[in-house]
Amino acid sequence: MRLIKNKIEHGGSGTVTLSPEEPEDMWHAYNLIRPGDLLRASAIRRVTNVQDTGSTTSSRVHLTLEIRVKNLDFDPQSSQLHVSGQIMNETSHTKIGQYHTLDLELNRNFTLEKEIGADGEGVGWDSIAVEMLKDAVDEGGKRRAEAVAVVMQDGLAHICFIGQFQTILKQKVEMSVPRKRQGGGDHDKGMNKFYRVTLETLLRQMEFNTSITSGNNNEAVRPVLLASPGFVAAGFQKYIQSEAATTTPALKRLLPSIVVVHSASGYMNSLAEVLQSPAVKAILADTKYARETKLMDDFLEQLRKETNKATYGPREVESAVDQGAVGRGGGVLIVSNRLFRSQDVAERKRWVSLVDRVRDVEGGEVRVLSSDHESGKRLDGLGGIAALLTFPIPEEELDSDEE
Amino acid sequence: MSKHRMKNVSYDDDDYEDDGYDSPDPEEQEFLQQCTAAVLQRLRAGHPSVTATKEEVQDSLWHYYNDVEKSVNYLRGKREKEVKKQQASAASQKPKDQVAHFSAADFFRDCPWLNVPAQRKADILVEPLYPRLGLLGGAPDGGGKVSKLAALAAARKKKEGEKATSGPEVSSTSQQERPETTPPEPRGAPLSLRERLAASGKPSKPSESNDRLRSLGKPGLSAPSPAQNQPSPGPEKPTGPSMSELTQPIVAEPKETPEDQQPALDIRASPSTFASAIVGEAAAPTSAEPSHLHSNSVDLLGIYGQNHAEPFDFAGPSPDDVVINAQNTAKGFKSKLAASKSAGDKKAHAELANGVNGLSVEEKVTVKSKNLDVLAEYKKSTRKKSANFVVIGHVDAGKSTLMGRLLADQGAIDQRTLDKYRREAEKIGKGSFALAWVLDQGSEERARGVTIDIATNKFETDTTAFTIVDAPGHRDFVPNMIAGASQADFAVLVIDSSVGKFESGLKGQTKEHALLVRSMGVQKIIVAVNKMDAVQWDQGRFEEIEQQISSFLTTAGFQAKNISFVPCSGVLGDNITRRSDDSHASWYTGRTLIEELETSEPYTHALEKPLRMTIGDVFRGGVQNPLAISGRLDSGSLQTGDPILTMPSGETATVRSVEVDSEPSDWAVAGQNVVLNLANIDPVHLRSGDVVCRASSPIPNITTFTAKVLAFEHLMPMLVDVHRGRLHVPGRISKLVASLDKASGAPIKKRPKIVAPGTVARVVVEMEQAVPLEAPTRVVLRASGSTVAAGLLE
Repeated sequence: MRLIKNKIEHGGSGTVTLSPEEPEDMWHAYNLIRPGDLLRASAIRRVTNVQDTGSTTSSRVHLTLEIRVKNLDFDPQSSQLHVSGQIMNETSHTKIGQYHTLDLELNRNFTLEKEIGADGEGVGWDSIAVEMLKDAVDEGGKRRAEAVAVVMQDGLAHICFIGQFQTILKQKVEMSVPRKRQGGGDHDKGMNKFYRVTLETLLRQMEFNTSITSGNNNEAVRPVLLASPGFVAAGFQKYIQSEAATTTPALKRLLPSIVVVHSASGYMNSLAEVLQSPAVKAILADTKYARETKLMDDFLEQLRKETNKATYGPREVESAVDQGAVGRGGGVLIVSNRLFRSQDVAERKRWVSLVDRVRDVEGGEVRVLSSDHESGKRLDGLGGIAALLTFPIPEEELDSDEE
Repeated sequence: MSKHRMKNVSYDDDDYEDDGYDSPDPEEQEFLQQCTAAVLQRLRAGHPSVTATKEEVQDSLWHYYNDVEKSVNYLRGKREKEVKKQQASAASQKPKDQVAHFSAADFFRDCPWLNVPAQRKADILVEPLYPRLGLLGGAPDGGGKVSKLAALAAARKKKEGEKATSGPEVSSTSQQERPETTPPEPRGAPLSLRERLAASGKPSKPSESNDRLRSLGKPGLSAPSPAQNQPSPGPEKPTGPSMSELTQPIVAEPKETPEDQQPALDIRASPSTFASAIVGEAAAPTSAEPSHLHSNSVDLLGIYGQNHAEPFDFAGPSPDDVVINAQNTAKGFKSKLAASKSAGDKKAHAELANGVNGLSVEEKVTVKSKNLDVLAEYKKSTRKKSANFVVIGHVDAGKSTLMGRLLADQGAIDQRTLDKYRREAEKIGKGSFALAWVLDQGSEERARGVTIDIATNKFETDTTAFTIVDAPGHRDFVPNMIAGASQADFAVLVIDSSVGKFESGLKGQTKEHALLVRSMGVQKIIVAVNKMDAVQWDQGRFEEIEQQISSFLTTAGFQAKNISFVPCSGVLGDNITRRSDDSHASWYTGRTLIEELETSEPYTHALEKPLRMTIGDVFRGGVQNPLAISGRLDSGSLQTGDPILTMPSGETATVRSVEVDSEPSDWAVAGQNVVLNLANIDPVHLRSGDVVCRASSPIPNITTFTAKVLAFEHLMPMLVDVHRGRLHVPGRISKLVASLDKASGAPIKKRPKIVAPGTVARVVVEMEQAVPLEAPTRVVLRASGSTVAAGLLE
């Protein structure tokens, strides 16, 4: 995402103009834009004119509309963001108060305005929003690391794209492969078919050009991680090699970027294991999610050791912060960004103030994890918020817990 | 009506219109007037003077091509029921002429329910006899169905009648025919159909009502009706005897008419057969107003009875007549009749609905069920006791080799095959794996020398038929091992006794497997201390292993009496089926492995419970059986021809044939390893891990469950894989409800943050997709390649 204009005022109100450049930017936009914000972007609207005679003509007109956001709809598979709300500016074709749904598009600027109302009904550009904006704006285009992972087992493959902030399951391949049987060769045949379908799907998802002429194009190929229990991934690699050697020479370009790693199963659950394997770490060194994954592991380790130096759940963490346990010297607050996406302003304020307090008052560290990543999903399972504490806090009996 | 008429005509026969109904040809008009007058007069002159509207008369004239006789006959017949009390005298009016000109009964004597000669059938149908369309535009095809049914009912009645021929007069015979055969009697016909349907459905009721009716109606009926519009005996002759018998029992019908009539007067059209079949009973009139039903069937019979000629197709009489008839109608009996009729009606509808269903394009394979009492068969059968056991242990403990040896020594594998394996194994430099190849059939398994998936094989001793389930030891394939263990009655734990290997195994899958089989309900375990030849049959080593393993197994929950140890060597075959002849091994005097296996007691299975079978594999069984599934029946029983339901897809299938332990069989019961060849299902609906059950007691698909689990690792809200047999789905522990006391099961701590290994806890697990699970089922939870918990669904 490119930052075109930044007019955030000291109080927190202000506007920002951004230009999304890649699909993942839509995800950032999804996190930045909240209900109640003002969003200005170009739009195409169908306008119906009624003639005096009663006949109607409708035409599509390009407009620049400003809407008060009511609802966001994000499709992670295709990285599309639809923002609906009421129109705030009058044009020759629209009236104020009419509804419109803006479809944000790549390489088209949009302007986002957040304001703190007189009575503070809006949240404006709070620290989290500013942080997110920083994350979203890719300075120097240095974080392009992205990988394709195929997590597979007999008859099952999940093809997913691992981005900076998101892991998107692109497609699932499921096929019934006959098991080994006395004197039956069906299993090998079935596996071969499974490999073939998986490869086809993978290439389609990667938009990999397999034509002969593509051989000399030096377009960079993203790393492809093949992960499975047992020998499925290795078998798949072998299959790709044999395909490259025989029918589709263009696959040779792909071969060097393939990495085979181990996973416990063919489900997305085991992606964590994939991301932690040394081979993958070497390729995707020090990316954001690698850090996040490590953080979650540290946290779970503390939990496992029952040192009482780790806690999770909204109530528990808040109480730990109150006791000053999430402070200087190792206190880490881990928050899923799902919490900030809450529709409820009060809810968001609650977490923003907690984050601000830990960072600014207590001096602890705050990590916001992407809920669209594997580590974030693990965190979501724990209630979306967890903390590593500087000193042990005995567990207290919480009789009635929300949730 | 005229509109209706026109429509028909236009399809059929263009000159039809010229016949005078629509064309205002003055000459014809005049003639029509004359005829009308004549008819009216004759009607009035008749003994029971009958009234008819002019329109009615003209319509009937039109239908009978201005034949006055017939029209009169028709109208009179029509009135006859309405004016039932005077019927007797009215009927006698002019039988002779009629007979001479037109004998409806004669013409229709061969209606389907009366032994129609084939060529006549065609005649009848060729006539432009369009049944009236119902409100919903019902097609006539329902008619054929009903008539068939009616024929059946008539046959039954006939029998009934033969028994009870008290002699309701021969004359009544012909009288009887009228409602059935003559067209002009629309209301009689429906009734008789109803009646007969009811009779076929519930014989007792109708007969009862018949009797009652008979006694009531007798006086009026006997003589007159036959006379009225009855055909002469002559034409009837051909079918004579059967007819008389046939009609006999139906004597009651005309008498019933009064009740029916009233309903029939309702001008509302009844739904067509088609419509009622489509819409179902709901649309059908309730028993409170049987009238619609009757008019409905009138239509159907009208096809044969030619009463399509009648203008007011929907209900028959004109509104005026409705009033008159209502006044004339007899009272009473309504409720009873209605009840019996609605029964018959329902049946007719069901029949029709089935007929419509039968129109499905899909070609169904029908498999004949022998309708065996499977449990009785099972008790009768004299099979050896059978037992399934799973072979578990750390990777490279020699499980497959040990089992290969067992099979070879038991003669389950012939020497030639074994030699072939040996040659091939040596060729790729893995000579020691030859025995394992008996079970490791997969190409990858052989190339890598490691078991990947479970293999089943069987052998028999004198007393028992054993099924071996050889499980993979590698940690990556624990899911497969779980599938194998779920089929086992008891387990054989193979331990590598060689130095270092035992210790590493104990940390690895030896422990995990033992815990898994225990948590899956296996009680008895035989520990085969393998590779004893590698440690020179060192008794000390054996005892050390025995001591360590037995203490571990006891803590895992096995009872000491259910644990036994056998020192053996898979490669050499010592102490497996024969005693070791190695002098170093002489210290061991206990049972050999095979003897130990035979001590297993027979296992009981839940034969009486509803059918459950987890699909282990879906494959192509051959040309004859393009789709086969294998697995072990968890509970219940099934037989060839049974319809089954597969979950979670919810698709039905038919069992084409059953194989029990690779032998064809007609049935199978819980505990047996079966291959089911299926028909009438698409293979995409079948996956290994699906559950086969019956539609009568389906297993529910659930996305979340509560389970009481024993934690093997730390539990917290986390992502897990849920395993049950072949079933393997991703899910997550969403809530730790409580940690429980191991012995009593009472909650110790509510909502713990984390559950330590070795504790029992109650957890809630959510899954991404709905899977067939029901309590009490044993599930295993795994995360990142290790088993974190196992327990029981609640």
